[in-house]
Amino acid sequence: MSGFRLDSGGQIDRNQPRTFTFDGRKVSGFAGDTLASALLANGQTLFGRSFKYHRPRGLMSVGSEEPNALVTLTGPDTHEPNARATMVEVVDGLNASSQNRWPSLSVDLLSANQIGGPMLQAGFYYKTFMGPTRKAWRFYERFIRRAAGLGKAAQKPDPDRYEKINSFADLLVVGGGLAGLTAALKAAEKGARVILIDEHARFGGYHRGDPREQDTINSLLERIQAFDNATILPRTTCFGQYDCSTFGLVERVTAHNPTETEFAPCERLHVLRVRHAILATGAIERPLVFPGNDAPGVMLADAIRAYALRFGVSAGKNIVLFTSHDGAYRQLSALQDLGVPINAIVDTRTTISDIAMAQVAATGMQLITGHAVTRVHGYHGIKRVSVAPFDPYTSKINGKERAIECDCLGMSGGWTPSIHLTSQMGGVPEWDSTLHTVLPGKSNGTWSVCGSVAGYFDRDDTIASAETMVEEVLRKLSLSRARKAVTHPEKQDVLNVGPVWSIKGIGGKAFVDFQHDVTADDITIAHQEGFLSVEHLKRYTTLGMGTDQGKLSNINGLALMAEARGLDIPTVGTTRFRPPYTPVSFGALAADARGGHLQPTRRTAMHYWHLDAGAEMIDAGLWKRPRVYRRGSEDLEQAYIREARMTRQSIGIVDVSTLGKINVQGPDAAQFLDRVYSNGFAKLPVGKARYGLMLREDGIVYDDGTTWRLDDTNFLMTTTTAQAAAVLEHMELYLSVHWPDLKVHLTSVTDQWAGAAVAGPKVREMLQIAIPETDFDNEAFPFMAIRHGKTSQGIPVMMCRLSFSGEMAYEVYTPARFGLALWEELHSAGKEMDLVSYGTEALDTLRIEKGHVVNSELNGRTTAEMVGMGAMASKKTPYIGSAMKDRPAFKDRRRHQLVGLVSKSDECVLIGSHLVRNPALKTPCLSLGHVTSATYSPALEKYVALALLENGQELIGRDLYATFPMKGIHVAVEVVDPCFFDKDGERMRG
Amino acid sequence: MLIPCPHCGDRDVSEYSYLGDATIKRPNQEKANPHKWETFVYNRQNPRGPHKELWQHNGGCRLIVEITRDTISHEILSMKATGPHKTGLGK
Repeated sequence: MSGFRLDSGGQIDRNQPRTFTFDGRKVSGFAGDTLASALLANGQTLFGRSFKYHRPRGLMSVGSEEPNALVTLTGPDTHEPNARATMVEVVDGLNASSQNRWPSLSVDLLSANQIGGPMLQAGFYYKTFMGPTRKAWRFYERFIRRAAGLGKAAQKPDPDRYEKINSFADLLVVGGGLAGLTAALKAAEKGARVILIDEHARFGGYHRGDPREQDTINSLLERIQAFDNATILPRTTCFGQYDCSTFGLVERVTAHNPTETEFAPCERLHVLRVRHAILATGAIERPLVFPGNDAPGVMLADAIRAYALRFGVSAGKNIVLFTSHDGAYRQLSALQDLGVPINAIVDTRTTISDIAMAQVAATGMQLITGHAVTRVHGYHGIKRVSVAPFDPYTSKINGKERAIECDCLGMSGGWTPSIHLTSQMGGVPEWDSTLHTVLPGKSNGTWSVCGSVAGYFDRDDTIASAETMVEEVLRKLSLSRARKAVTHPEKQDVLNVGPVWSIKGIGGKAFVDFQHDVTADDITIAHQEGFLSVEHLKRYTTLGMGTDQGKLSNINGLALMAEARGLDIPTVGTTRFRPPYTPVSFGALAADARGGHLQPTRRTAMHYWHLDAGAEMIDAGLWKRPRVYRRGSEDLEQAYIREARMTRQSIGIVDVSTLGKINVQGPDAAQFLDRVYSNGFAKLPVGKARYGLMLREDGIVYDDGTTWRLDDTNFLMTTTTAQAAAVLEHMELYLSVHWPDLKVHLTSVTDQWAGAAVAGPKVREMLQIAIPETDFDNEAFPFMAIRHGKTSQGIPVMMCRLSFSGEMAYEVYTPARFGLALWEELHSAGKEMDLVSYGTEALDTLRIEKGHVVNSELNGRTTAEMVGMGAMASKKTPYIGSAMKDRPAFKDRRRHQLVGLVSKSDECVLIGSHLVRNPALKTPCLSLGHVTSATYSPALEKYVALALLENGQELIGRDLYATFPMKGIHVAVEVVDPCFFDKDGERMRG
Repeated sequence: MLIPCPHCGDRDVSEYSYLGDATIKRPNQEKANPHKWETFVYNRQNPRGPHKELWQHNGGCRLIVEITRDTISHEILSMKATGPHKTGLGK
């Protein structure tokens, strides 16, 4: 093919040249060109290499259905693979390159794949490389993956900005052809809020660029624009329909216009909710299936017309058309007037309509009826094609071949309505045996179709169908009061399709799916091997599974399967479509929700103090918590060991503001807590706190924490940091649905309180300085007691003597606005006593030494008994989980129990290690349990861990091995009691 | 999907969390037998068509509403508020 720019015609601005590069070569085009039209005008024939066989491929279409001309667009910092050259508008500096070729587009060594001929047919990979085991596949996979594929993914973050908006309208009109424009105008006139979109840069659909229609299109657009209640969005694709008439639209905002303000996003995602959708999505031309139909230079017949009318480009110097319907004859004389050299038309039918005949007569081109193209000669471009007499009843060649010189072949087997969105909305595609095409089927009442998608292929019918359909919709939406019955136009068979699904009786690869290299023979093989359902056919051959989603191939594939089975097409059935209609960038879907904007960040009142103190922060849900405060050249382990050791020697302070805090208030609050926790709260005296264990209905531990009785009817419940929101929701469900009679109100007060836990042997001394008016004496302020007070600087505090670390310890809370001041005051009070700030690592070390469980142990499978808290449960009062916690399986002695492990060597025990008996490990072997938490214990000067172990309590004193086969780590451990340190609690009670 | 809330009006599903089947009654804590508990904790109908279910507007007013949703079309057929504050709210 050797395309060239026509002297006139097209919607391009010939005064505005644009320069871009393709595979490193400088190419020029005009404003209004697409990458495809500009390259075609420059005589480019090769656009890519095919997926499997690496066959040279040219441009096939003019729209988003393009299977072949996929390119990678690169900018200084951007990299976008698989862009369709037909949809990319040319701008200065655009840098495009072809894909899936090595080393270059014209010399692709991987095209040796096709020398194997029929070897790489459907199922080849499965049959050859999979073998009875997965071993063979593992070996071959990387070679296969290298040879097959499309563009390469970007390696760096996308610097472009995307945005998302939610919008609402009465009507969405998809498709800006004559039908869509007509419908949008009628609706806007009646006051409907209308959004009209088209995926292309300009409106007009099929008629876009046609000089006879341009005035009509412009006037419709201008009239729609005059309405404030109408929005027109070009370059906007409706990629999917979701529940309840919600549509996903992607608007391409700046790609075509790089000089646009820097604040504009690259793409904009519209989440649109409408009352009704009008789909005027048009139709896509169907290729014919014959040997060599994928050669560069073979393209859709209508694309030749469109390139001439829209871009002023002739696709070749000597064009032949090959068709089986009258549609391909449209505008032949107009094209000839523009200078598009169409010299012959080959038609499989023996008779053609008078209108088509008149077009041929007017142009004087050669008409060859009752013939089919049997071969395409030339490798990187067409030299000539062979044609032969064709029997439409058997699809076979029944005569001698002869050659016709040409450099471009336009093919057309009919038109397929774009039913992707209707199918997504539940429309079951129906086969129309008069039009020989598939139609959208019955609507569920939320959408309507008009124009060619509805089967109206005549220009006037298209407009009439839009008028009648929109009238119906407006009545449904109560926007029109007209009563006269609406009569839709008849669907006329204007195309006179003589269906031809494949040309048989000659050799060579005849492609059905160009993007995935699926041939007519592949479908026969799939049928022979028993894949009868279209869904199976699709998966076995990968027909229609490329990025083009089979826009060109589905109907041909379906028809060939029906033919192979000897059935008609409706019996075989059609596949449905899923979103997206065309590929959607992840950037558009993510929009602003990336990096730090993905989710909110929660910071405590002391956050910046921690940063100033050199804390390394770690995520705890949405919270940021200090992990360790390194000093000098300490590594993580050295830092947490120092923090934990100093806490046990003098005083440690940790920010506990992140703990979930829920205020439980009301006359029935105590009774409510009795039911929510497995242990009783009704008798908890005012001014005291109690540890509570919360179960789920199935008897598994849900959460734990302390609850403080501030008043007779006022409790402060603390939850784990991670579960705070879930626990609140859980309790609200019970109060609203199961126990609406209880008078209790819940308020989340997590953010209202800032808190510090101070622990260590010198803690009383320190607190006495900081909070002088409170008596910290053991009797005056006993274990689990709550006291209110104020610091020497007057900061109000609420304290409770609680210990998670096993040391003498207090939790000190203050309203969040005083959090930092309190924190600083406690630090200055403890300065002389070697007070150390510690992070979550040391917090973990201290609690592991005490055998306290956290969510590593309370993992959604553990019961209270498994973690040694079975005895705590209330015997008398029923509570959530009490009915199911004693099920036989929970009582099985083989069930895991919490134990401690001490490493018998100087090696650390890895979390996730499995406990086994066998010192000479051979996998697979029986796992007796697994390690849930591990640390170096400065108190024991050993590596220790907590584990869940089968029948663990009885195994205390035994030696086992903690093994981590993926890292080849195998540590000898001794099973011990989970409380490693100060079992009697003398330090915290003292 | 938009879910109606008696305080906040029609709100997007992303503001809500699903709290399960509303047709399941919690058994009487003292009297129920294990079979009843099993049904309450584990057994659900998963119907095709109208389904009564609980949704909490925890991205808004935190009210728990009981709605009837068609599981095929996601159409909301009815809505009522639950809990002690339901008086005067919803239908």
